[in-house]
Amino acid sequence: MTMSLGPYASFIVTSYAAAALVVVILIGWIVLDYRSQIQRLRDLDRSGITRRSGRSGSDQR
Amino acid sequence: MTLIDLANPTRFLALTARVLPWLAAATAILLTIGLYQSAYAPDDYQQGATVKIMFIHVPNAWLSMFVWGVMSLASLGTLVWRHPLADVAAKAAAPIGAAFTFLALLTGSLWGRPMWGTYWEWDARLTSVLILFLMYLGLMALWRAVDDPSRAARAAAVLTLVGAINLPIIKFSVDWWNTLHQPASVMRMGGSSLDKSFLIPLLVMAIAFTLLFVTLHLAAMRNEILRRRVRSLQMMQASRVAFSSDVGASKEIGAA
Repeated sequence: MTMSLGPYASFIVTSYAAAALVVVILIGWIVLDYRSQIQRLRDLDRSGITRRSGRSGSDQR
Repeated sequence: MTLIDLANPTRFLALTARVLPWLAAATAILLTIGLYQSAYAPDDYQQGATVKIMFIHVPNAWLSMFVWGVMSLASLGTLVWRHPLADVAAKAAAPIGAAFTFLALLTGSLWGRPMWGTYWEWDARLTSVLILFLMYLGLMALWRAVDDPSRAARAAAVLTLVGAINLPIIKFSVDWWNTLHQPASVMRMGGSSLDKSFLIPLLVMAIAFTLLFVTLHLAAMRNEILRRRVRSLQMMQASRVAFSSDVGASKEIGAA
């Protein structure tokens, strides 16, 4: 079973490549954004700034 | 777990942590099956192999409208029910919807050149989808322009609901006006006019892209919740700094 794309192969390949590129960019952006937010939360935690729900009982007194 | 339970962002984060790996795996499997079926689908008797562009163009076109529909529901959640995650959902969906709309326009253009002899035509369908894309960009700009997310949410919700008027215009543009774009061939009265050899790969790709959207949307919502936590903690930090400097200044005045 072989696949022949005919005279308009460049249009077909460009369509699929563009879709793949945009999806990869979307995934990459979301993953990097997640890592960045987690890092910022860790930095704040290290400097003693935590959410009330994240503090221990003695901290909240 | 009910919708009210999910109103708690912490519970929502726990749910996404459990669900996201499964959703990502299901998306990858379905995309692989869909791409394989698309690659080996027969050539169309008129369009030849360019019909393969349909398997990528149509799911993106469907999703461009579906995502705006999701954002419209979320906007109702913001304005009517004041659900805490509604504006998070709306904001997180906008860039993903914009990407799908961009792909629908780009792949449609690449399909149009060999079939219609032109990349672009200012007909009703193409123009209304271009307007949808510009509305996505406008919404994203609005979210970035206003610092306070709760204030931005109300303005964005109103704009989203007004923009929803464009959805039936896009859907029925091919029936209401004489357009270069073909009329509906899948979702139409009397059933699909597509042969099974095209319809099955198309539906698999449509489900795969919908799952991709759900996966990316949940992940983007998780990021947005974390971003808001960072923002509130930074504000807390800033107010502590301001308070301690005020106390220091008043002590100095007292000592003097």
